[in-house]
Amino acid sequence: MISVHHYLLLSAILFCIGTFGVLTRKNAIVIFMCIEVMLNSVNLTFIALSRHVGNMDGQIFVFFVMTVAAAEAAVGLALMIAFFRNRESIDVDDFNMLKW
Amino acid sequence: MEAILFYLTALVAILAAFFVTKCRNPVNSALCLVTNFLCLAVLYVMLEAPFMAAIQIMVYAGAIMVLIVFVIMLLNLGTATKSVYTHGLLGGGVLSVLMLFLTNRFVANGQATGTGGEITSEVIQSYGHTELIGKAMFTDFLLPFEIASILLLVAIIGAVVLSKRKV
Amino acid sequence: MYNNLWLIPFFPLVGSIINGLLGKKIKNEKVIGGLGTLMMFFSFLVACQNFFGLRASEQKVFQESIGSWMSVGNLQIDWGFLLDPLSAVMILVVTGVGTLIHLYSIGYMHGEEGFYRFFSYLNLFACAMLFLVLGNNALVMFIGWEGVGLCSYLLIGYYFEKKSAGDAAKKAFVVNRIGDFGFLCGLLTLFWALGSKGVWTMNFIEIGENAHLLESGGVLITVVTLCFFLGACGKSAQLPLYTWLPDAMEGPTPVSALIHAATMVTAGVYMIGRMNVLFAMAPTTMMTIAFVGAATAIFAASIGFAQNDIKRVLAYSTVSQLGFMFMAMGVGAFTAGIFHLMTHAFFKACLFLGSGSVIHGMHHAYHHAHLDDDPQDMRNMGGLRKFMPITHWTYFISCLAIAGMPFFSGFFSKDEILWWTFASTRGSYVVYGIGAIAACMTAFYMFRSLFMTFYGEQKTDARAKDHIPESGLTITIPLMVLAGLATVGGLIGIPHAIDIFHVGNLFHDWLAPVFSQAQQLNVIEAHGSASVEIALMILSVLIGLAGIAGAFMMYMKNPEAPGKFTAKFPGLHKIVFNKWYVDELYDFLFVNPCKRIGTFLWRGFDVKVVDGVVNGVGWVAKGIGAGLKYTQSGYLHNYAVAMVVGVVVIVGYYVFG
Repeated sequence: MISVHHYLLLSAILFCIGTFGVLTRKNAIVIFMCIEVMLNSVNLTFIALSRHVGNMDGQIFVFFVMTVAAAEAAVGLALMIAFFRNRESIDVDDFNMLKW
Repeated sequence: MEAILFYLTALVAILAAFFVTKCRNPVNSALCLVTNFLCLAVLYVMLEAPFMAAIQIMVYAGAIMVLIVFVIMLLNLGTATKSVYTHGLLGGGVLSVLMLFLTNRFVANGQATGTGGEITSEVIQSYGHTELIGKAMFTDFLLPFEIASILLLVAIIGAVVLSKRKV
Repeated sequence: MYNNLWLIPFFPLVGSIINGLLGKKIKNEKVIGGLGTLMMFFSFLVACQNFFGLRASEQKVFQESIGSWMSVGNLQIDWGFLLDPLSAVMILVVTGVGTLIHLYSIGYMHGEEGFYRFFSYLNLFACAMLFLVLGNNALVMFIGWEGVGLCSYLLIGYYFEKKSAGDAAKKAFVVNRIGDFGFLCGLLTLFWALGSKGVWTMNFIEIGENAHLLESGGVLITVVTLCFFLGACGKSAQLPLYTWLPDAMEGPTPVSALIHAATMVTAGVYMIGRMNVLFAMAPTTMMTIAFVGAATAIFAASIGFAQNDIKRVLAYSTVSQLGFMFMAMGVGAFTAGIFHLMTHAFFKACLFLGSGSVIHGMHHAYHHAHLDDDPQDMRNMGGLRKFMPITHWTYFISCLAIAGMPFFSGFFSKDEILWWTFASTRGSYVVYGIGAIAACMTAFYMFRSLFMTFYGEQKTDARAKDHIPESGLTITIPLMVLAGLATVGGLIGIPHAIDIFHVGNLFHDWLAPVFSQAQQLNVIEAHGSASVEIALMILSVLIGLAGIAGAFMMYMKNPEAPGKFTAKFPGLHKIVFNKWYVDELYDFLFVNPCKRIGTFLWRGFDVKVVDGVVNGVGWVAKGIGAGLKYTQSGYLHNYAVAMVVGVVVIVGYYVFG
């Protein structure tokens, strides 16, 4: 039988893979996709626990996470277009002006 | 049967996620990401949340992925990949593994308490998942719902402003 | 019909706001001055209506509240107004004299730079003064008290581009502050003292009703009343806090007339009258007041001898007359004190406005002749009678009134005061003696100023001599009205001893509801036969005549006499001329030590310690920032790594902690 622990473990693995991607990739869009992976792993946790405790609230929360993800996608991709326009690149190592 | 399905789906999801981080070409990463999303949708169905599975496919695998692929194509990134597309593999790997270890310990140590809420399998069967979500969304969570709509509006305006050529 | 008390201070407030905010745009002097005067006149009409209403009414105390100010526990303080015979007299004086002086100012201030500013301040002053006299609790009174102080400051410093005016304004403000401190101390002590007996109140009526809870003649009430008296000293320019008033003459003359002669400086007297129940219970304080008043009366009069600036003579005269009022308050003659307050308002306002008229004329003449002489110096005047007949006659009448010549207003009020000092149960022959001498000196120096200004040979510079005009109607009308009041104003307070026509002492009867209770409870009364009273009156008239005769001998008959006298006693003259060196003494005793302490605190404490701490904080923050700025590399991954490390640490803490 598949218990809630299985789902939680899977979600942890996905989350860590996403983290690995964020830390290692240079391409901003790939980093963005890795963040989506992380968000989805959290969603999985929410739904698994929601089912486990027999309460709808967690799933509602997932709904809002999706809303935020959609907003983030819209704004984030617009930002990348703006970046690309300036630098002809979306390599994050090219954007280091925000410092002392 | 259910266990086999779960393990299979989980395996595909993990592999897909891993290839998102691994593929040199962003288009490939995007396709792997879609796979990952689909696997999660399957898992949602297994968790008796068909509505979430539906919007997972529609919103994530549909809308957001289209947006991402669209941007990749627009910026023509698929062909112009640099030779070195990763860095800090060792550090990132160590940190990720460390985190995985810790979270595993956390989950293994944890006692999942507080079970026995009113939303059981029978309730979902008789009412339907969509109806339950709708009830909660438009009664207890009406205000957050409206705020979320404002957030989306702001995001639309922000995106338009940011991608305008001249500000 | 009584529900319009709030209108009385409201009208001047409106005038002040309109003139203050829009005056610069309006520019038209007639509109600005007319508005200010009209507002005062409306206020006067409402005051009259209330006065007559109160006269017709059986009830002699009326309170009106226009809203709650603060409500703390049992303490309830309203924006409340109180109409009783005492405040009715005061509002009539303030609005009546105020209206005349506003009218006068239109002519006097013609062509001044800040014409609108002047009228705005003047109206604001009237508003504050009316708050002071109408307030039904000590806090509303205190608002007025501080408000008039503020307006006094603003108006003394009206010519702020002159350093002396700015200094005088500062001096008035600072010295008044000492008095205000006393007032507050008294108020809070009283509040606490009554509160500890279970009565938390600041309302005058309630204070009066519950005063018996305090021990009559006890330490507490003596302290409270002495504190209040300190406040009165500051506001009403009594020893030792009188020094600001003569300097206040830096302000325009109408200001001197309204604020520093007729109304504001009498606030201390009014306040003692308002709290007469408390003061009557504290014989020690009363005695102090009487002696301070007497000392001030004679001291200020002595300085008045040697001043050459016409306004300064009047200023010291005011201080001296205020001393008379305090003498009256101190011996329990509350009615006489308020009576003198009123008559003094008439004749002193008239004198000041007369002097203003003279200064105006002199200034005009000097301006015409392009001279730079001081238009206020009486040594440059003389013989002005020919040029300014109306000013001369009104000034003359007022001098007779202040000298206490029979049937002029000052006669009745001053004699009543002297009679009470002589015969009251709280009186003393010493106070009477000092008062009589001061009265003689008053007659002397007032007529000295009259003779020097209007009589004798004209000593004005030849070039300006013939260009001294009589002032215009806006100036002379107030003069004539005030002179008329100074003549007949005393007839409402004819003492019983010479009441041939049996009109009765109207003023006394009018104020009786306010004062008689306290006087009876504490056995304050004047006892003596009518013949003694008449004898004293004759004596004081003779004294006054002696003063006038002295002035006549020295300044009319032998114009060399003063010079000879000065030559004979150079030391005495020098001391008196320099105002007994009191200002220098205060500078030495208080001002300079304060300056030194201030300098020390500035150079020693503020610069080194306070600034050091502040700069030190800045340096530390700057140093830390300089070190930590290198953590902000600008690379996305550095931040991401930092976040992940944070997450690892926190999760680790939960797992292993």
